[in-house]
Amino acid sequence: MEKTQKKIKIKVEKINLFYGTSHALGDINADIYENSITAVIGPSGCGKSTFLRLFNRMNDLIPGVTINGRILLNGENIYAKDTYVVELRKKVGMVFQKPNIFPMSIRDNVIIGPKHHGTKKKQDLDIIVERSLRQAALWDDFKDNLFKPGLSLSPGEQQRLCIARALAVEPEIILFDESCSALDPESTMRIEDLMSELSKKYTIIIVTHNMEQAARVSHMSAFFMIDDDKIGRLVEYRPTGDMFANPKDKRTEDYITGRYG
Amino acid sequence: MKPMKPSARTSEYLAKGMIWAAAMSVMIVLVAIIVYILIKGLPVLNFSFLTQNPYNMGRSGGIASTIVGTLYITLVAILIAVPFGIGTAFYLAEYTRENIITRIIRFSAESLAGIPSIIYGLFGFIFFVIYLGMGWSILAGGLTLAFMVLPTIIRTSEEAIRAVPQIYREASYSLGATKWQTIIKTVFPSAIQGIVNGIILSVGRCIAETAAVIFTAGSVLSMPFSLFDSTRTMAVHFYILASEGVSMENAYGTAALLIILIFVVNVGVNLLVSRFINKNQKR
Ligand SMILES: Nc1ncnc2c1ncn2[C@@H]1O[C@H](COP(=O)(O)OP(=O)(O)OP(=O)(O)O)[C@@H](O)[C@H]1O
Ligand SMILES: [Mg+2]
Repeated sequence: MEKTQKKIKIKVEKINLFYGTSHALGDINADIYENSITAVIGPSGCGKSTFLRLFNRMNDLIPGVTINGRILLNGENIYAKDTYVVELRKKVGMVFQKPNIFPMSIRDNVIIGPKHHGTKKKQDLDIIVERSLRQAALWDDFKDNLFKPGLSLSPGEQQRLCIARALAVEPEIILFDESCSALDPESTMRIEDLMSELSKKYTIIIVTHNMEQAARVSHMSAFFMIDDDKIGRLVEYRPTGDMFANPKDKRTEDYITGRYG
Repeated sequence: MKPMKPSARTSEYLAKGMIWAAAMSVMIVLVAIIVYILIKGLPVLNFSFLTQNPYNMGRSGGIASTIVGTLYITLVAILIAVPFGIGTAFYLAEYTRENIITRIIRFSAESLAGIPSIIYGLFGFIFFVIYLGMGWSILAGGLTLAFMVLPTIIRTSEEAIRAVPQIYREASYSLGATKWQTIIKTVFPSAIQGIVNGIILSVGRCIAETAAVIFTAGSVLSMPFSLFDSTRTMAVHFYILASEGVSMENAYGTAALLIILIFVVNVGVNLLVSRFINKNQKR
């Protein structure tokens, strides 16, 4: 596959993260490739979400978090003192586990981000709405119903609306934290297709408990696990095909085989 | 599921029955009071009662000046209490972690909420009327009532703000919204219903208050014009008419209008809010 030639989009350098005094991530190093899908897998509580939320500095919202190390996005350290977190989050969109669209219309959900960032004109917003909904495969079904409350959509559609909402601010990277875990198989398939499509333009990182999903969609896989001191470690990080075919680490093998069951 | 034991079922029915009976008796008493006052008061309510000023200490004439006084004082109180109350609530809920300052604010608000209104009246009298030299006036009365309802507005608003799901805030931040944008565009619209409920409650208390108002706004019967005029609110008027035996008939008329006013405020504001929410949903 051509993924080996891909450019490095994000460099994670020796990241340590503490919730208060509890050491959640220890010495994490990883390169995330541009226009690829990176899957983060591992047992519950190993720090997958914490790792994912490093990239848009969502962990900053939690009181008592300390983060050491560097993360270079396009070569710039996003944990530098002068980073403007708001600008960073425009570049790094996120789709959460539960669809968390706002209690507003479909259209308003899509344009809330661009409006925050200063797009005011109706024509500009119309263009953004159409583009984002098309990218999330919602346009054809809802182009005549843009003022329908977003909450009236099915869970799968709501999750795709969340994707459209994230796309509307034109990010470079999109994070998915178990975004299919609450969905039925068909909706899951549609989102996976979307991810593959989007990975042509965006850099995507997903957290998933579903090994089939990781195997189906991702190019790279990162296996996390806590060590004997309960510190989350990146155990193995390789191209998904290789890692699933012959895991190097015994812990990876046990986890993957146990999960495939 | 296993069928319940007969004794369990009996106690289930019994409990249900008792709860139902309690709810029903409360409702009957409430309805009875309202119906009684409306029966006694509605016949008095006519155009001239609403538009004429009271004559002869309220024995004859209408209650126009007291209606204006009530609305005036309530408006002043709400206009002062709402921004400060909501601001404090957002400060407590969004801008600070628990610390000594938040604990002091919360403790004061809770203590203030438990104080009888006549104490507010006394405070308002000493501070606004005498010390600041406002005299008996709508301003002094409105300020005093603002202090009285502030704890309610803070508490209900803070609860409403805290009840907004964290996932909405995260969604907003993840789109690159600032804290202020998150609060204004995401948290506030989701909390508005709860905030408004607190305001309605406060409006009702302002309209119905007597003790604190007598001390601070006085009981002058003439039509008030400026903020510095003394006035008599409907509730005070009712109290004086009834307690001094001036005119029971006009007292009931005033009471009926009070009830209607509070009802109208409730329904009206709720309609406005649902319009606002729908607008937010549909644009
Ligand atoms: N807000 C927080 N405060 C304190 N500790 C936390 C917080 N969030 C997570 N942790 C701890 O950090 C560790 C990693 O949590 P994290 O949510 O990243 O795991 P995860 O791999 O995403 O788990 P899951 O698969 O259950 O979602 C856990 O031990 C968790 O208890
Ligand atoms: Mg998680």
